[in-house]
Formats: sequence, C-alpha cells, structure tokens
Amino acid sequence: MTKGWTLYDPRLAWMLVAPVLLLLVFFLLLPIAVMMVYTFFTFVTAGVEQGTLTLANWHEFLTDSYYHGFLFKTLRVGAMTAIICGVLGYFPAYFIWAATFRHKWLLLLLLIVPFWISFTIRTFSWINILGEQGVINVTLLRLGLIHEPLQMLYTEGAVIMGLLHFLLPYMILNVYVSLESIDRTLIAAARSMGCTSAHAFREVTLPLSLPGLMAGLLLCFVLAAGSYVTPQLLGAGRDALFGNLIYDTIMGQLNWPMGATLSIVLFVVLGFFAAIYTRYMGMSQIVKGLGG
Amino acid sequence: MTARQGDREGRWAWRLTGFVTLLVYIFMFAPIVATIVLSFNSSMFGGFPMTGFSLQWYGKLLANEQVMAAFRTSMWIALVTAAVTTAIGVATAFALVRFDFHGKQMLSTLVILPALVPETILGVGLLVLIKAVDQPRTLLILVLGHILLAVPYVVLIVQARMVGVRRVYEEAALSLGASRFAAFREITLPLLVPAVVAGALLAFTISFDNTSASLFWRPAGVETMPTQILSMLKISISPEINALGTVMILVTVGIPLVGGIILQSLTRLRRRGEPKEETQ
Repeated sequence: MTKGWTLYDPRLAWMLVAPVLLLLVFFLLLPIAVMMVYTFFTFVTAGVEQGTLTLANWHEFLTDSYYHGFLFKTLRVGAMTAIICGVLGYFPAYFIWAATFRHKWLLLLLLIVPFWISFTIRTFSWINILGEQGVINVTLLRLGLIHEPLQMLYTEGAVIMGLLHFLLPYMILNVYVSLESIDRTLIAAARSMGCTSAHAFREVTLPLSLPGLMAGLLLCFVLAAGSYVTPQLLGAGRDALFGNLIYDTIMGQLNWPMGATLSIVLFVVLGFFAAIYTRYMGMSQIVKGLGG
Repeated sequence: MTARQGDREGRWAWRLTGFVTLLVYIFMFAPIVATIVLSFNSSMFGGFPMTGFSLQWYGKLLANEQVMAAFRTSMWIALVTAAVTTAIGVATAFALVRFDFHGKQMLSTLVILPALVPETILGVGLLVLIKAVDQPRTLLILVLGHILLAVPYVVLIVQARMVGVRRVYEEAALSLGASRFAAFREITLPLLVPAVVAGALLAFTISFDNTSASLFWRPAGVETMPTQILSMLKISISPEINALGTVMILVTVGIPLVGGIILQSLTRLRRRGEPKEETQ
C-alpha cells in the first residue's frame, strides 16, 4: 500500500475500477457520443461520408413513413412478446416458489440451462419444430389432419415464438426473485384472517411480486425490441425489426450516417421506456434479476 | 363465498399453475430435444421423419475445416474474455463494495448498462467509433467488446457475494501485517471462489454465444462459432447444423455443469478437512 493512504482510500478505489471504467468510457460512452455526431454527417455514397454537418438524416427519418412503420412494428412485437412472457412466465415462477417437493432446485436449474445454450442454436432449433419438415407438420401430415404443410415458419408468429423462447427464463427468474423476497407469514396471516387462497394471492402475493414482474416486462420488451438474430432466422423479409434495419443500413447499404441515426433512435426510444420504469420502480429490481 | 368453495377454487388454480408450468418447460426444451434427435438422423434433409440412426453428420462436421477454425477462434476469444473480465470485474466489485468514493453510485449504474443497451446499438456504436478514428477491425477489438458485454454480469455476481463477506477478516489480516494484496489473495478471494467461478463461466458463455455484436465487430474473414452457424443457415438447414448444434450444447452446458460439480465436491472436501468451520 502506498504511504500516507488511508485504509479505504478513494485513490485505491479508482485504481481498482480503472480498467472497467476505461472500457466503459471507450467502448460504451464514447461510441454512443461519436454515433450522435455521425447522425449529422452527410452521406455521399456507399461507405463514404463527409463531415459536413446536415440535418438530412434526421429529416429523412422523421418524414419517411417507411421508418415509422419499422419503429411501430418493432414496438408492437416487443410489447406483445413482453406481455405474453409476463402471463406465461408468472405461472412457473409461482409454481417453483410455492411448491414444496424436495427437488425444486432442479426446476430452477432447468431455467438456467437455456442461458448456457447458444442463442443462435436455440433460435434455429425452432425450424425443426415449425418448418415444413418440422415436428408439427410431419405429425399433422401423418395423422392426415392436413394435406400440405402449414406455413408456420417465416411469419411474425414464429418470430414472437422465438423471442418468447429466448426471454421466458429472464421473466421467470425475475418474478421468482421477487416472490422469494416475500415474507411468507404475510400470506399465512391473510389466510388466518379469513382470506381464501385466491383472495390472499390477489391481495398479498400478486402486489408484492409486481416489482419483479415489471422488471421482467421491461427487460423482455427492451431485449425483444433490440433483437436481430430472431427475425433474421425465423421471419420473412417483412418480419424484419428495427435491429435488422440498422444492420442492413450499415452492413448492406454502407450508409453509416443513416445507420447511426437509426441506432440513436432505437437507443432513445428504448431508453425512454427504461427511464419511465426507473422513475417509478428504481434500478434495484433489475440488478437483482440480472445477478440471478 | 364459503371457505370450502374458496379452497376448491384454490386447488383448481394450483392445478392450472402446474399445468402451465409443465407446458412452459416443454416449450423451453422441445426444440432443443428435436435438434439433438435430428442430429442422429441418417436422412439427407435436416428434418423429420427419422429414417435411421447415423453418426455421419458428426464425421462431416469434424472434416469441415471452416467449422473447426470458427470453433477454435470462439474458444480462444471466450477463454481470454473470461479471464480478463473476471480479473477486472472482481477488482471493480471489490471497490464498489468496500470503498466509498465520489461517483460510486454513478459507476455502479454505468457498469450494468452494457447488459441493458441492445447489442445492435453497442455494435454499431463501436464500429462507428473505429471508422471515425480510421482503425481496422481487429481481434483485440472483438475481445474487448466481448469483455464489455460480460462485465456487468461478473460485477453483479461478485458484488452480491462480496456483500456477505465481512471486511473484518481482511482487516484482521492487515492488522497482523499482511500486505493489501496478500490479504485479498489469502482471505477475500478464497471466500469469493463460488462467485468468481460462476462469473468466469458466465463470461465464457456470453462470449462464446455472442452473435449480434460479433457480426459487427469481427475482422474481415474471421468467423466465430455463432456467425459461422448463421452463414451456414443462410444456405439451408442441414443435418450437419443439427450435429453442430448438439456439440455446442454439450460444450456450453457440459462445462458449467462439470465446473459446478467440481466446485461442490471441492467445498465438501474442504468442509471435511475443517469440520469446525463457522458457517456464514
């Protein structure tokens, strides 16, 4: 230890956080700042832009309904995914929390396993379920219920399905963490005061688990709205979301200023929802959910 | 409503909960099981029905030089990412838990941002920055990017554990003349082992799995495992991809599971060695 420093000297703290801080500054903050500047650059031709400042990119985004359509579709798909996740995810979370059998840790472990399996693989594995030669179509054909394969893959439904598959563990874990923090004697108290179990759930358990549910909804919404791989693999061209639009603008058309503009738009829109959330719920629930 | 009626209602609600839970678990695992089953299908087409058992797709996979190269690249990137992220993440968590300094609150918010900002935005941002300063995309940048993506998780996991490790242990070591680093290495770190291992494993998986951001950051001509799978999927879904998926599942599920089991038996061994160890 350097002489003259106190035991918990702030200077030592700064030395400890320096690597992470530098990384955050140079790989997170600075890129977003530069990207904001880039939105005012002039697009010349594919891959070439000029530092002449212009509002053309913003003007194009604000006036072209092509972009608005993408934005609304992305928000709609994100919201639908988050809500279905919330409804479907609450049941398992509640079940794991309330179940009393010995091996319920196994149910929790099974929830964490998908986090270890490559996201790309989990996504394309849906092709084996929904595709023309997938489980559903082959079974229905064999049973004679249909005569030609149903078109399930490459639809918006398939995209939402893939997003649900990716996001449900997040939702379940968030709700579960929130349920775990409930003092169970409160429910016993409600029951002893004459509440039915349904009543006790509505009046005690559900309200106390809302923070986890809300954190899960926000997380699912943001992750779904920012997704790129799922629409790419499970959707048709018309099911592309904002992330795909950004990728195509930059990697396909090489229109960097417009790509930067679209990225900032997505960042601001999703940040807006996150800000509303933290305004009312604070950050702590999300921290709990992410830390597992 | 009589209590009896309410209980019957509760029983039905409980059954419904169990049923939906079962459905959700089936939903979670059916596609994965289908992929593993199909990887052993002898059919030429990557789909049902099963026409026979075959390991030929695994053989094809081993002979596919592109896939093997992508696998090696991803392994190296993930190993480096896990090592570096764990080191700097533990240091940051230590500072955030033990120290008081100006901007601590802001830093702890900032550090979880990479987990909340969509990857596409992180991807584009870094790419624009690199372009603005006229630098080429390199493996170093890709690795540093992966570290950025993994840092929030490592810091959160280690932080959560560190809160439970009382600082008097370190301070006792310090008062007995241990250096700052020795106290950390001999006292704090051993108590943190479960969180450190969990963090390192998660960092490894995050890097090994990363797709969207890697598509932006990878140097020209370099494929990681997920980007390789994506480009293979552009052509068609072949049984080879199912085999590849199965291998990946074994690697990414197997490593943490084995790690966890080793960790548990280690703690058990140590417990046996020191039967009077005080429980936290």
